[in-house]
Amino acid sequence: MKGALRVVSPGLMTTLQDLGRPGYQHLGVPVSGALDHVSLRAANLLVGNAAGVGALEIAYQGPTVRVEADSVRIALAGGSPTIDILPPEGEASSGRRLAPYESARLVRGQGLRIGALSGSSVAYLAIEGGFDIAPVLGSQSTLIRAAIGGLEGRALRAGDALPLKQGATAERDEVMLPPLDLTSRARVRIVLGPQEDHFTPEGLRTLLGSTYTISQASDRMGMRLEGPALEHSSKGYNIVSDGIAHGSIQVPGNGLPIILLADRQTTGGYPKVATVISADLPGLGRMMPGAKIAFEAVDIETAEAAARALAADIADMASRLAPVRHAAVIDVTRLMGENLVSGVVNAREASGA
Amino acid sequence: MESSSQTRFLAAGDTALVVEFGDRVDAHLSALVLALGQKLEATGLPGVVEVVPTFRSLMVHYDPLQLTHADLQRAIAPLLQGLEAAEIAGRRWRLPACYDESLGLDLADVADRSGLSISQVIERHSESVELVYMMGFLPGLPYLGGLPSEFALPRRENPRVKVPPGSVAVAMAMTVIYPQESPGGWHILARTPAPLWDMARTPPALLAAGDRVSFAPVSLREYERLSAAAAAGELRVTPEEVPARGRRA
Repeated sequence: MKGALRVVSPGLMTTLQDLGRPGYQHLGVPVSGALDHVSLRAANLLVGNAAGVGALEIAYQGPTVRVEADSVRIALAGGSPTIDILPPEGEASSGRRLAPYESARLVRGQGLRIGALSGSSVAYLAIEGGFDIAPVLGSQSTLIRAAIGGLEGRALRAGDALPLKQGATAERDEVMLPPLDLTSRARVRIVLGPQEDHFTPEGLRTLLGSTYTISQASDRMGMRLEGPALEHSSKGYNIVSDGIAHGSIQVPGNGLPIILLADRQTTGGYPKVATVISADLPGLGRMMPGAKIAFEAVDIETAEAAARALAADIADMASRLAPVRHAAVIDVTRLMGENLVSGVVNAREASGA
Repeated sequence: MESSSQTRFLAAGDTALVVEFGDRVDAHLSALVLALGQKLEATGLPGVVEVVPTFRSLMVHYDPLQLTHADLQRAIAPLLQGLEAAEIAGRRWRLPACYDESLGLDLADVADRSGLSISQVIERHSESVELVYMMGFLPGLPYLGGLPSEFALPRRENPRVKVPPGSVAVAMAMTVIYPQESPGGWHILARTPAPLWDMARTPPALLAAGDRVSFAPVSLREYERLSAAAAAGELRVTPEEVPARGRRA
């Protein structure tokens, strides 16, 4: 045993995710993987991991974990919670905090208390070396519906021990990234089809001209939208089941669109009016229930150019790594005394981060 | 038979392309879909992530950084020329299934709706040789087609929240087998002890698109014996013929 990360409290829905398990959809196995692969890549970059190493995907409310290893290096990217660094049990709290987008080294007994996310519905906690959990069909991603991947195919629970690949890490200069721009596009870009002919021209105008609200009933499988119903054409709302892509927008009989996300089913029998372009999927994965969403139709060439632009942005991320300028962890008590905390936060908000 | 001129290319965003052969559940269309999938995989075209055969279309998932929609369409078009439906030779399975009313929860209801007796329902269902059109919905779940018209029933008005694993269920003249406990709206006729999904197996799914399946009725006692063996990992279900099919990813 090289050590573990002990779950003190699990957060709202914390699962192990990587870049998913493609290659088995013909057997009915959903791909899964991070809802926001850009933030996953950022978190891994900060701790020196390869981009697709499995990390904890945190939804809405973070977990509290404790280090049961000699030392670990961790970093969080995505929605920005407060992250309290907990001292070993029995020691007085130092009131220290860790900023998102910064790596830090913790030693045995220390812990992290991660609060409510803001700016995104998901964040990723990566650990140097990753978790020592056997991949299932080539991936550590958790698919709760089929109970595969991750830790026993389920979300984390209090008391879980997540085994680590690496039980100790040397001290080195910690690094930071400028916070990612997590703002979602005002209009999410879609390519119409494959079954846009199952909708009337009025139905398509409704899709492109309306603002929808993301339903509370959304999950990793699908984002349900509330708003004006799309009118199906005389071809109706049942099709002979065919394949489902990441970002497929299926429209069942009630006319309300469902955007299919990471844990989407491999096939389905409702017509799919359009597909969200791949470059806009990470932003979609970050959107909170209750948020507004509208759509803009683009052609396939525009979608492909956007995919290349996102890939270039991701490739450029490593060049933006910088040494942490202050102590590896923020001493909140001291910052409060100097009245700098709100300044830091506001500076980030002002920059659109 | 060759693929018809009705074949359509449809974009499913910038990461998937649909090659659609028709809009029906039809064994010939399905054979064309499977044949194209095998041909495309055999080309080893860089950027193709995986292919997913469905009743009447092939979904090709690809990496838009390696392959554009137009490139992929250009690569597939020549594969459609002279595409032969006859290339597929799936495996033949006869799966044990217990049609006891304690497990076949909707047997009486289906008998009622179809105008058959319960024993006729069991006979007609178990003796039908059905084609695995596709796998979908859940890991290892097969969609089997080819039942007589008595089984062309709509789905249940009130889907069950929990269908027991192994349940063999019908609707729309098709059969599905639920590998895991899941919600489900089809009419349950029987339960099979055959492990449809086993992570210890490679591939973990017992069945694959193109296979043919019928059911061998077993008594409740025999079902319980086979189930216990399956739970202990000792039930081996094998196809009746040696597989004679192409590589599957």
